[in-house]
Amino acid sequence: MHKSLALWTALAATMILTGCKPGGADQGPVILIGSAAPLTGEIAHLGKDNENGVRMAVDDINAAGGVKLGDKTYHLKMVGEDDKADPREGTLAAQKLVDEGVLAVVGHLNSSTSIPASRIYADANVVQISPSSTNPKYTEQGFRTTYRVLANDNQQGAVLANFAASEMKVKRVAIVDDRTQYGQGLADVFERDVKEKGVNVIDREFTTNKATDFNAILTKIRSMKPDLVMFGGMDSVAAPMAKQMKELGMKSQLLAGDGSCDPGFITIAGDASGVLTCSMAGRAIEKMAKGEDFAKRYKAKFGTVVQLYSPYSYDAVYVIVEALKRAGRPDRQALVDAMPKTNFEGVTGHIEFDEKGDLKNGEISVYDIKDSKLNLVASFH
Amino acid sequence: MGATATAEPSNHPAPPGGRTPPRVLGAMIALGAALIVLPWAIGAFGDAWVRALCFVTLYVMLALGLNIVVGFAGLLDLGYIAFYAVGAYTYALLASPHLTEHFPALAHAFPAGLHVSIWVTLPIGASLAAAFGILLGTPVLKLRGDYLAIVTLGFGEIIRIFLNNLNAPLNFTNGPSGITLIDPVRIGSFNLAHPGTVLGMHPSSLVLYYYLLVAVALLAILVCVRLQDSRLGRAWMALREDEVAARAMGVNVRNVKLLAFSLGATFGGVAGGLFAAFQGFVSPESFSLNESIIVLSMIVLGGLGHVPGVVLGAVMLALLPEALRHTAVPLQDALFGRVLIDAEVLRMLLYGLATVGIMLYRPRGLWPAPEHGMRRAFGRVAAANGEAAKAVSGHG
Amino acid sequence: MDTLVQQVINGLVLGSLYALIALGYTMVYGVLNLINFAHGDVLMIGALSALSAIGVLQGAWPGLPGWTLLLLGMTAAIPVCIALSLVIERVAYRPLRNAPRLAPLITAIGVSILIETMAMLIWGRNYLTFPRLLPDAPIHLGNATISVTKVVVIVLAALIMGALLWLVQSTRLGRAMRATAENPRVASLMGVNPDSVIATTFAIGAGLAAVAGVMMEATYQVAHFYMGFIPGLKAFTAAVLGGIGNIAGAMVGGIVLGLIEALGAGYIGQLTNGIFGSNYQDVFAFIVLCTVLILRPSGLLGERVADRA
Repeated sequence: MHKSLALWTALAATMILTGCKPGGADQGPVILIGSAAPLTGEIAHLGKDNENGVRMAVDDINAAGGVKLGDKTYHLKMVGEDDKADPREGTLAAQKLVDEGVLAVVGHLNSSTSIPASRIYADANVVQISPSSTNPKYTEQGFRTTYRVLANDNQQGAVLANFAASEMKVKRVAIVDDRTQYGQGLADVFERDVKEKGVNVIDREFTTNKATDFNAILTKIRSMKPDLVMFGGMDSVAAPMAKQMKELGMKSQLLAGDGSCDPGFITIAGDASGVLTCSMAGRAIEKMAKGEDFAKRYKAKFGTVVQLYSPYSYDAVYVIVEALKRAGRPDRQALVDAMPKTNFEGVTGHIEFDEKGDLKNGEISVYDIKDSKLNLVASFH
Repeated sequence: MGATATAEPSNHPAPPGGRTPPRVLGAMIALGAALIVLPWAIGAFGDAWVRALCFVTLYVMLALGLNIVVGFAGLLDLGYIAFYAVGAYTYALLASPHLTEHFPALAHAFPAGLHVSIWVTLPIGASLAAAFGILLGTPVLKLRGDYLAIVTLGFGEIIRIFLNNLNAPLNFTNGPSGITLIDPVRIGSFNLAHPGTVLGMHPSSLVLYYYLLVAVALLAILVCVRLQDSRLGRAWMALREDEVAARAMGVNVRNVKLLAFSLGATFGGVAGGLFAAFQGFVSPESFSLNESIIVLSMIVLGGLGHVPGVVLGAVMLALLPEALRHTAVPLQDALFGRVLIDAEVLRMLLYGLATVGIMLYRPRGLWPAPEHGMRRAFGRVAAANGEAAKAVSGHG
Repeated sequence: MDTLVQQVINGLVLGSLYALIALGYTMVYGVLNLINFAHGDVLMIGALSALSAIGVLQGAWPGLPGWTLLLLGMTAAIPVCIALSLVIERVAYRPLRNAPRLAPLITAIGVSILIETMAMLIWGRNYLTFPRLLPDAPIHLGNATISVTKVVVIVLAALIMGALLWLVQSTRLGRAMRATAENPRVASLMGVNPDSVIATTFAIGAGLAAVAGVMMEATYQVAHFYMGFIPGLKAFTAAVLGGIGNIAGAMVGGIVLGLIEALGAGYIGQLTNGIFGSNYQDVFAFIVLCTVLILRPSGLLGERVADRA
């Protein structure tokens, strides 16, 4: 027992000592940018994608010469943390990032992690830009540090409802959501808005974000013969759902939000993907000159295709750097003060913030699938 | 004058459990001093550590509560986190804008909003959790072992699913979006989240929360130790060892089981309320099956049924991921000059390895209950028989 | 009425998958009294190995028909799962045979974390697509539809279960397994080697998990390093529902659970007049489970092993 006690103590001491060692080689003055996302767990592929976006932006900016503030040129460094998409881990990751002296954080991925973390960032005056949290409450807490670079559920749901009623001219719609904050939030807004436009919501069904078998709820929906099935949730659920719709011989179209509007859906759904119409906050990757370039460079750098939100986290870093240039010095308070004046053309579109930190007049594009590719159908502001 | 050679009244009054008070007292004083100094010492390395310590104390409370059910009474509960959820949501609903936002009648009744103090909600939450404990315990009285496990697991999931879905037709829990803007702990007019100046100092909110949580955790430990040595505690032990024999000896098995579930639940309820106040936000994601399993791992790794072991297990398993978070990259930089394995991957690998390794190395836990005389002798005899060894060593 | 037929078909497919996985749980429990929490991850490794194997084969011989690829994929997955399962048994469970009951449970959890992390490293974090191997045109039975893959799942599961029942009831190995489940020491006195019987049991369970994994990804056409968690949990529920340790019970439990889920999701809304919908389907399943266990505390078909108080 004494030997092992000594061993444990030695191990603990080593860990603590190495934990406080100052970081790497001296590269001149450094600005730390934090990235918080789920790097393990079920949505690890999305979290890693977010982090990759930040990494690519940091590398691009450094390659272009860094950030010049006053008479000093700063090198950017990313500090990445794993929050496991869990609120508690999110707060621990946030606190660590704050402790390490980051000037701003790009994160977190899901709103239930961004929201408790935002308190910590607000108390420490650290700007937080989420590339993917859509819960409206995130920016309604009265903090000056919370921002997001994508449309929230209210905005996107309205566009989907409008499109379904006016363009697709559907009369009967069934709604399915995956019981996550994002899926349910989007579906609720859609239901409310589409009812106002006179469309009949014939059924409301539910699944989970881990499920793979939707035959039971789809069978029930099939018997009610809707024109359209609207789904609030992610591609890993929407794609099997599209396939099962095809297998069950359903004739309805599938309408979904940005969580399902990515190449991953097309890959997994295969020949059943033609049934999808979906919306994406921001301009089409294909549309922007920088966009296609972004997708290519991302693939070359990381060996995998863009999953979903990496263009947003990429833009978030640039927004921070632009604000830093306006602030003139690497100081948290100065950065907080400089953020509201953001006016930036990014990969995802035009970025300007309203007084809460939401994206102002964000562009939302609607796509369908043609020849196994996303095909732009309409754009809304 | 009694010149009889009566022995001096002992300086050591009959101690419970056979330990000598001066040694224990000394250890407790040292521990107390360490606990008081700890946040300042560790806080020098970063606030994240103090925050981690706060979560450690919450896990200690959870572990103690689960230990009553699994360790003392021998009832395998895989859905314990439900009680944590009950406690958390009770406080969240009574101390946030949610209910007044969605129920105009309440907004009229409470124009200034619902801001019930935590000192009122903690007992409410604890009682509610206890009620749920009885609700869970009543139908499962006849179930043993793995059947009990799956039903308790189901119970935990049922609570989580209800919390995730009770936002229609009436919005009670706000579903997956969770409840935001929960009030922090207030002592009088003193707000733990924004303490301001105290006696000329600027205490950090985290340190204050830490002291509060440690105080409650110590109280919980005291309650557990007392329970263990009480009649109820002995009834639990009898139940755990052999239910049939306990019943034959006059133990009211039904009441004892229900008490185990409900008392264990109250710990979860109290911890939940404090968690909601500390984090300021609750959502059903914090109360998944994985959390129940983590708490179970803590008590088994620490030493099932043994209060110090359980506390150790909770501290270790709650601190290990954080320690790894801080050291995974620097350690690799120091050893190899670069990062070979991503920090998050290394964390998971080492966590898994630690779990497996500790169990293989010490199957009864890192700090199990010392085997008392009779048990040890019986254990040796039983080993020769083989069969009984399983029965005896099966209880920790 | 058509909906009912379709829902029953849905339930049978789901249930067949659960049954295949539940069999692995129940067999191991029968001989070791252990809930093998890592079983779902063995399934996942089987599924991903098969996917890789099929990918390699398609690259090397592009003309191979779908059936062949599926069979070869399964053939590749089974030894991988068996090897993995035997390693887990040897390293994590055997040393803890005489340890307190909960120790191997916790070790299983640790093993599960390790396997998932390794899978994440080897196959990456992204969701992977399983190719369309069998014809996918919907077959119409009245107004209900079924696909070739689903028929294969149901038939294969039935065949395997039949073979397993025959194995356990009519062969020497089966007798040895039943004897070891009753009482390992006495069985060893009768010439049975408990260690090798246990290893064989693990191997069979692992093989079943491999088949279930491949059929799962063939049916839903996705595979992911985290795909084993929920099926593992559901299969455990199914095994307990049927009576853990009882092989026929695992089959019955699996099918029943699949039917409950499908019918529940389809009809809860109607049954409760819209108050509860398909978001409570898991709650429905668990309530049915609790009711069954309260009325029959040892599961639908009772517990095989003697009740050790």
